[in-house]
Amino acid sequence: MKIIKTASAGTLESSDILVTVQPADILKLELESPVLAQYGEQIEETVRTVLTDLGVKAGLITLQDQGALDCTIRARLETAVRRGAEQEV
Amino acid sequence: MRRSLLFLPGNSPVMLQNGAVMPADALIMDLEDAVAPDQKDAARLLVTSALRTLDYSQEIIIRINASDSGHWQQDLTALVPCRPGAVMTTKSSVEAVKQTAELLTELERANQVTPGAIGIIALIETALGVEQAYEIATASERVSALFLGAEDLAADLRCERTKEGTEIFYSRSRLVLAARAAGIDAIDTPFTDVQDDEGIIADAELARSLGFSGKAAISPRHLSAINQVFSPRPEAIRYALAVMAALEQGKREGKGVVALDGKMIDAPIAARAEQVLTAAEKLGLLPER
Amino acid sequence: MKDKVLPSITEALRLTGVKDGMTLSFHHHLRNGDYVLNLVLAAAQKLGLKDLTINASAIFDCHLPLLDLIRDGTVTGLECNYCGALVGKALSSGLLAKPVIFRSHGGRLADLARGSARIDVAFVAAPTADSRGNISGKYGRSACGSLGYAFSDVQNADRVVAVPENLVSYPLTDFSFSETEVDYVVAVERIGDPAGIVSGTTRVTRDPIGLLMADMAAEVIKASGLLLDGFSFQTGAGGASLAVAYAVEKIMLAEGIHGSFASGGITGKLVEMLNKGCFESLLDVQCFDLEAVRSLRENPAHREISASQYASPLAAGAVVDSLDTVILGATEIDPDFNVNVHTNSQGLIMGGSGGHSDTAAGARLAIIIAPLMRARLPLIVDRVQTISTPGRTVDLLVTQYGIAVNPLRAELSARLRDAGLKVMPIEELKHLAEKICGVPKTLKNENRVIAEVLYRDGTVIDTIRQVN
Repeated sequence: MKIIKTASAGTLESSDILVTVQPADILKLELESPVLAQYGEQIEETVRTVLTDLGVKAGLITLQDQGALDCTIRARLETAVRRGAEQEV
Repeated sequence: MRRSLLFLPGNSPVMLQNGAVMPADALIMDLEDAVAPDQKDAARLLVTSALRTLDYSQEIIIRINASDSGHWQQDLTALVPCRPGAVMTTKSSVEAVKQTAELLTELERANQVTPGAIGIIALIETALGVEQAYEIATASERVSALFLGAEDLAADLRCERTKEGTEIFYSRSRLVLAARAAGIDAIDTPFTDVQDDEGIIADAELARSLGFSGKAAISPRHLSAINQVFSPRPEAIRYALAVMAALEQGKREGKGVVALDGKMIDAPIAARAEQVLTAAEKLGLLPER
Repeated sequence: MKDKVLPSITEALRLTGVKDGMTLSFHHHLRNGDYVLNLVLAAAQKLGLKDLTINASAIFDCHLPLLDLIRDGTVTGLECNYCGALVGKALSSGLLAKPVIFRSHGGRLADLARGSARIDVAFVAAPTADSRGNISGKYGRSACGSLGYAFSDVQNADRVVAVPENLVSYPLTDFSFSETEVDYVVAVERIGDPAGIVSGTTRVTRDPIGLLMADMAAEVIKASGLLLDGFSFQTGAGGASLAVAYAVEKIMLAEGIHGSFASGGITGKLVEMLNKGCFESLLDVQCFDLEAVRSLRENPAHREISASQYASPLAAGAVVDSLDTVILGATEIDPDFNVNVHTNSQGLIMGGSGGHSDTAAGARLAIIIAPLMRARLPLIVDRVQTISTPGRTVDLLVTQYGIAVNPLRAELSARLRDAGLKVMPIEELKHLAEKICGVPKTLKNENRVIAEVLYRDGTVIDTIRQVN
């Protein structure tokens, strides 16, 4: 999938994550999280797996985490990417 | 068992997570009312992801969008692979239930889900729906419950919705009748005052006395009251056990007519005792032998 | 007869002979509305006093001005039983050269009695007092009710200064401590902000998880066999703890159980339970809301007690030792049931024991109630960052996913299982949380020690390190 417009998904409520995707030439992640020290690496791995599965090769991905579980991160990221690629389900 | 059914908004991660520990017999993950029109895609993916990852011990029911919404097919396409126990159709009609059943059949086949595994709970919330309750209940083999949605129904009936519920009395009775005639569950509308701890008990007692098998809740605070009301009472269990013991003794002694405490045990009493014991056994309420 | 009434705090500092290096004490009954600690320290700073140690029963975030006084050397030592998160964060960054000394409410009194803590001058914020120093917390605009934590300061300090807001004519007869202990009286316009002192009403949580756990905790108490006539109970004012009182009340009323007493911090809910006959009396070391203050003033069965009577391990008798059940919180707990209430997930100071370890040690049944995870962070960790309360004094943990009983209490575990409660090993609960959240990376911290946690027996039970 190719990100062709800025789009976001999720909220800033506790246990949620607000994901924003923007078109870019390279792939870049920006992660803020209250559990960065404990889970930063796991979150990044989850994000990269989802992006690979969706075939996203480039884009600026901003993640404002509020302590979301992996399943929430996956869902929000996929929603944002699909919206940014205009391929909503 | 469907004594208590808890609504969870489909786009709330924290509620979907917390749902896993709530003492409800079923969780209704709501993609319809509780989700804003521009967040349908997000809720669909969130519920899918939660069902794939989290362990739910309760029956999972997905409330899909209405058949005129343009979302319901996507809802089913996304959720059938997660094998929910049932889907709930909104503003149910015979046509909508048939459409849903057909698409379920197609999607079950495509996703290697046992054919017919996913049930339909028909939410009845229009005057026409109440009128056609039996036809809806029998529109598909999949229909496993009728569910009364009193808020929308009251609006359609053009009357005020009250705590006492006089305005829905007939609809409640009609729904129970249709569901029982079709051999399926009848589920009562949620009680909407979250703060009223006595009101929920009274409302659930009323529903039980009319023949409903369970009641939905919009707040976890109502679950324990609902579970208690819709579980067999200890005295009912004791009586049912006594009935069974008397019947067995009568059989051993070759008696045609068996009495308990001076009252003849006829077929309906025996049948009711069996229902109570079946429910009690499922809930682990039978005394150890 | 010497006139005890002085015109200013400055004058009181002079006349009590406060010098560099001395220790001043404060009580925390004005909670997050207290002005007195800041007033006294500002006066000390103006006098050029240095190297003071503050011994306060608790520090709240209303005491943020303390940080500047630490920076300029006016204050170089801090001893307290609890510390709010904003002040705590600054202390965690290593603001003080000397480690902060954390004690429990009972431990503070024991250390004063042992002489391992001392107070030169106690400043006693007083909602109401007379000109000779009879003091009450029950009256006045800033009424806080019980003055339980101030008794030990008054008894142990070399000099005592009462700081009343509402100065009444002599004699104030319904006093908590009398003129015999008080050297000076300095009236001030305001001792605090009533909004921060007590809540109007403490409300029960609406969080479904909190309510679920509260019901489970009440079931545990019932199944433990302790919920009989003569039952005694303590619980906090926060979220799920308060909800436990509601759930216990429901059972007590339904089964006609007449308890003996409820103790500790008192809320309007416990007052209601007293009035409905659930308890014979309330033993009140601290009031949390206006209803508790009113009841303490009006109902003789609602009794003010000193912190020493509440929790001291050295007193000849303490309420905690007669307590059947206490409900306590936790930020972290480990498989040995050690509990942390001092530091947060980043290791920053954000609380303290208060009466946590005292009641856990005394009560027959010490129940920790906490959600299995907060957002993504699991409650149960390999090893708590700070041991506030040792696991041997904790009987069980209630989470929304199940109940874990300390293996030291096998008979309790059997009772709960027989009652059909969802009992599982604490390791299993830990594993469950890690399955949902993932296994958190353990944070290593080898920085300088910035605080010592003293157990109620006076020993150092743990240390807290600087966080950069």
